[in-house]
Amino acid sequence: MEQLKTIGRELAMGSQGGFGQSKEFLDLVKSIGEARSKAEEERIVLHEIETLKRRLAEPDIPKRKMKEYLIRLVYVEMLGHDASFAYIHAVKMTHDDNLVLKRTGYLAVSLFLNDDHDLIILIVNTIQKDLKSDNYLVVCTALNAVCKLINDETVPAVLPQVVELLAHQKEAVRKKAIMALHRFYQKSPSSVSHLVSNFRKRLCDNDPGVMGATLCPLFDLITIDVNTYKDLVVSFVSILKQVAERRLPKTYDYHQLPAPFIQIRLLKILAMLGSGDKQASEKMYTVVSDIFKKCDSTSNIGNAVLYECICCVSAIHLNPKLLDQAAQVISRFLKSDSHNLKYMGIDALGRLIKISPEIAEQHQLAVIDCLEDPDDTLKRKTFELLYKMTKSSNVEVIVDHMISYMISINDNHYKTYIASRCVELAEQFAPSNQWFIQTMNKVFEHAGDLVNVKVAHNLMKLIAEGFGEDDDTADSQLRSSAVESYLRIIVEPKLPSVFLQVICWVLGEYGTADGKYSASYITGKLCDVAEAYSNDETVKAYAVTAIMKIYAFEISAARKVDMLPECQSLVEELSASHSTDLQQRAYELQAVIGIDAHAIESIMPSDASCEDIEIDKNLSFLDGYVQRAIEKGAQPYISENERTGMLNINNFRNQDQPEALSHSLRFEAYELPKPLVPSRVPPAAVASSTELVPVPEPYYARETHQAASLPSVSDAGSTELKLRLDGVQKKWGRPTYSSSASLTSTSGSHKTTNGVTQVDGVSTSNSKGREAYDSRKPSVEISPEKQKLASSLFGGSSRTEKRASSGNHKVSKATEKSHVGKAAGAHSDAVAEKINSEPTPDLLDFSDSAVTSTAPSVDPFQQLEGLLDQTEATSTMNNGAAGASRTPEIMGLYADSAVSGLSSSVANRDEFNLASELSNAARTSQVGVSQLNKGPNPKDSLEKDALVRQMGVNPTSENPNLFKDLLG
Amino acid sequence: MGIRFILMVNKQGQTRLAQYYEHLTLQERRALEAEIVRKCLARNQQQCSFVELWNYKIVYRRYVSLFFLVGVDNDENELAILEFIHLIAQTMDHHFGNVCELDIMFYLERAHFMLDEMVMNGCIVETSKTHILAPIQQMDKT
Repeated sequence: MEQLKTIGRELAMGSQGGFGQSKEFLDLVKSIGEARSKAEEERIVLHEIETLKRRLAEPDIPKRKMKEYLIRLVYVEMLGHDASFAYIHAVKMTHDDNLVLKRTGYLAVSLFLNDDHDLIILIVNTIQKDLKSDNYLVVCTALNAVCKLINDETVPAVLPQVVELLAHQKEAVRKKAIMALHRFYQKSPSSVSHLVSNFRKRLCDNDPGVMGATLCPLFDLITIDVNTYKDLVVSFVSILKQVAERRLPKTYDYHQLPAPFIQIRLLKILAMLGSGDKQASEKMYTVVSDIFKKCDSTSNIGNAVLYECICCVSAIHLNPKLLDQAAQVISRFLKSDSHNLKYMGIDALGRLIKISPEIAEQHQLAVIDCLEDPDDTLKRKTFELLYKMTKSSNVEVIVDHMISYMISINDNHYKTYIASRCVELAEQFAPSNQWFIQTMNKVFEHAGDLVNVKVAHNLMKLIAEGFGEDDDTADSQLRSSAVESYLRIIVEPKLPSVFLQVICWVLGEYGTADGKYSASYITGKLCDVAEAYSNDETVKAYAVTAIMKIYAFEISAARKVDMLPECQSLVEELSASHSTDLQQRAYELQAVIGIDAHAIESIMPSDASCEDIEIDKNLSFLDGYVQRAIEKGAQPYISENERTGMLNINNFRNQDQPEALSHSLRFEAYELPKPLVPSRVPPAAVASSTELVPVPEPYYARETHQAASLPSVSDAGSTELKLRLDGVQKKWGRPTYSSSASLTSTSGSHKTTNGVTQVDGVSTSNSKGREAYDSRKPSVEISPEKQKLASSLFGGSSRTEKRASSGNHKVSKATEKSHVGKAAGAHSDAVAEKINSEPTPDLLDFSDSAVTSTAPSVDPFQQLEGLLDQTEATSTMNNGAAGASRTPEIMGLYADSAVSGLSSSVANRDEFNLASELSNAARTSQVGVSQLNKGPNPKDSLEKDALVRQMGVNPTSENPNLFKDLLG
Repeated sequence: MGIRFILMVNKQGQTRLAQYYEHLTLQERRALEAEIVRKCLARNQQQCSFVELWNYKIVYRRYVSLFFLVGVDNDENELAILEFIHLIAQTMDHHFGNVCELDIMFYLERAHFMLDEMVMNGCIVETSKTHILAPIQQMDKT
């Protein structure tokens, strides 16, 4: 067997196999083609790298050979390995005089190197030379290279030549020169700003190819500055008209449509030019309307142009007739069975809905269908549409759907996106605060740390502020329900950090407010949280402060405080924490418990998170204390201005820098060692540290700054001050005071370290968490009517059904009715779709070979022998061979559908195919039969067939060639 | 910008051709291609030919064993790109005569040359088969 294969290959080589490449190359391609796993491919490539390194070290490599090496290097990089060891050879090849070699060199360089690579500089010279070549193909090649390799620094080196080439007699050169200029514009707009007029000029080029290419840079220019190009509206309209009227050469037709890609680009440009410009828009109406009429709505490309027309209509000044035409197309798209067209329809609807909201109503059913479609792409597009049409009347349904979908996916990128959309819609359209809080809870629970922290602060703020009116009972109800829901949620495992912070804060503020829960119950829960999330310092900080608040409220309500044992151990543990923030909070808690109710009343008033904090700048409450001290003989206070001569450290910080420096030598001697530390900080740093404190009062800033940096300071006054500030900071999360700096920084660093694992945790725990959450939701009863709706809408699959029940029970009465009406329609539609979808003839041959799944029970070796016998000498026999080997493969297809999961020696068979095919090829050439097929290369179609098969690509119909369907 | 990359991947997920119109490191390419293979190849033929991935939208089309995938910006006309893929396939078919995966593998550079004629700076610049193939045929003559 092996021998046969080798002989076959050797023969193929002898005749060049019709490919003109070496055996080594063929072997490489073959082995890559046959690799059945990534690991195998990896091994082949690594081996190839070694081979190439050896080969490239050999002296005097023939150029043809070198070209092949370069292609092999391209393979190496394409398959994900570094080929930098040979970049220089690619660079060298660009110098070659032979066009094919030169072009291959440029290709390899542009595939290997980014335009900022060091080696590029070695090519600039060659490009310059090539741009001057007499052979326009060389010039074209160089221009292609310019587009890929020239960066903003090297633009000047080639710019003059490129500009010259804009007037070249060959249209191919003009086209590429335009694109080179376009590239320069992309890379450094200023370098070509004086040349943009060339784009306008080339728009009138005789060659449609050049004109079409010019639309690319013009599109970019118009995107940035519409007004400068308003005068071109007439030109664009007239070009579009000519294109639509088939004035361009036939060769630009695609599926009988005249130059559709140019039409699309023109429509894009017109959309920009007509946006918000009635005059310009009016010039476009006729041509757009004509295209609506002319476009073939049965082909994809026709629909692509129609879609672009809709985009244009939705962008330009409103025209009822065009709007009507657009609406018709949309309705056809949405009714189509093709998911692609539905997708385009939904997108188009989203565009039109801005100018004509009523359009959506007639398509409600189709939209619901798309929303429930299992295809994520379609679903997401539909969410996009829903987002655009959200009003306060439908926000609940839409956000519910979004959240259910958010829960069901694992893709963090999209999860973040849709979570932010939910939040945005909820904030904008929330019908009630109750609903808002519930919605936010869900978002936090399931998207957790993907949500912006600001959202958490907004939520806390909302709970604290309530309805903002004087309705106190409603406010306290809201809080009670929030507390209740949080006590339920808090036992869930692995809640996201941000959400826990909200929970802790709310429980601390309002946990005992309505008297339903005892202080020990709430503090117990908070201790559990601190224990369960012991890695999360921010959560622990929130928890311990919440505990402090609960105790403070208890004391001020004159109830006896019994600290739970677990609470005590938590405080003890935190007092010894490495985090100064946690330590401070623990000490504060201990201090607060020790003081009397009256003092607590003033430092920790209940439900005062929204009160403004009044700061007594004069510290008048200290007057008595100061008075007593003076009476006892203390020195009176000398104000800052009076003592500039005898500065202390505090003063230093508030001085202008030069002055401070001039005094710096002096005060060091007077100061105690402790506060000296900041004084050594260079003035700039000091200044910046005070800048962190946006409070204008110098004394105040100093005080807190010190308090934060020296946690051991524990005199009564500063503690009191600190306590209040902590409260403020935590509530609103704004870095208002310097003490907050430390807090935010710890939370920030925490997030980066824990982010990954936590996110993982969230996604895995999601489904579980949600089920439990749902099951505990009160009164989720689904009426038979709704069940019917759900089953007809969701087709009875268990997964979607669940979504239906959780998603739809909130649908308001009115929408419910319409749903039911739709349901019947949806059902029949779905059935119809099912029937239609199965036999849909597609342009493409998707029916797949049996390679990955199953293979028929034909002994490949026997088959090979049969083949070899048959194809002794003549090419007609080859035909037979092809036929013979095809039969079992067709059988394989049937076997595929009947017995799935049947495994067999797939690899073997493929290898066999390859061998026999190669020998076939060889024999054909031996006999000298030259059956020419179409295409420039003299290749036998059978050989082709053979090669197709050897790659494991099995033909499935009469024509064994891969692309039979493409040309019909 | 429009087109950000063109990939050809066979149904085993092996890259057969890769042309990027923006710079990505080798690692980024590997990650991107792996993710695309994971996302796109598993889809069935009823589903949309468009997939959103990271900040790309991927438009793909399957030809027997070979997937043509084009990564585009979000504001690109997906249906037009889908047809552009078909134009690429047709052009290659025209050149190779019943193109197959192996043609692209053996003549990787030619496949690239064709793309170079059709797409520059991420924009579609030429859609006439004759114009696309003319320079390549001329090159063969020399």
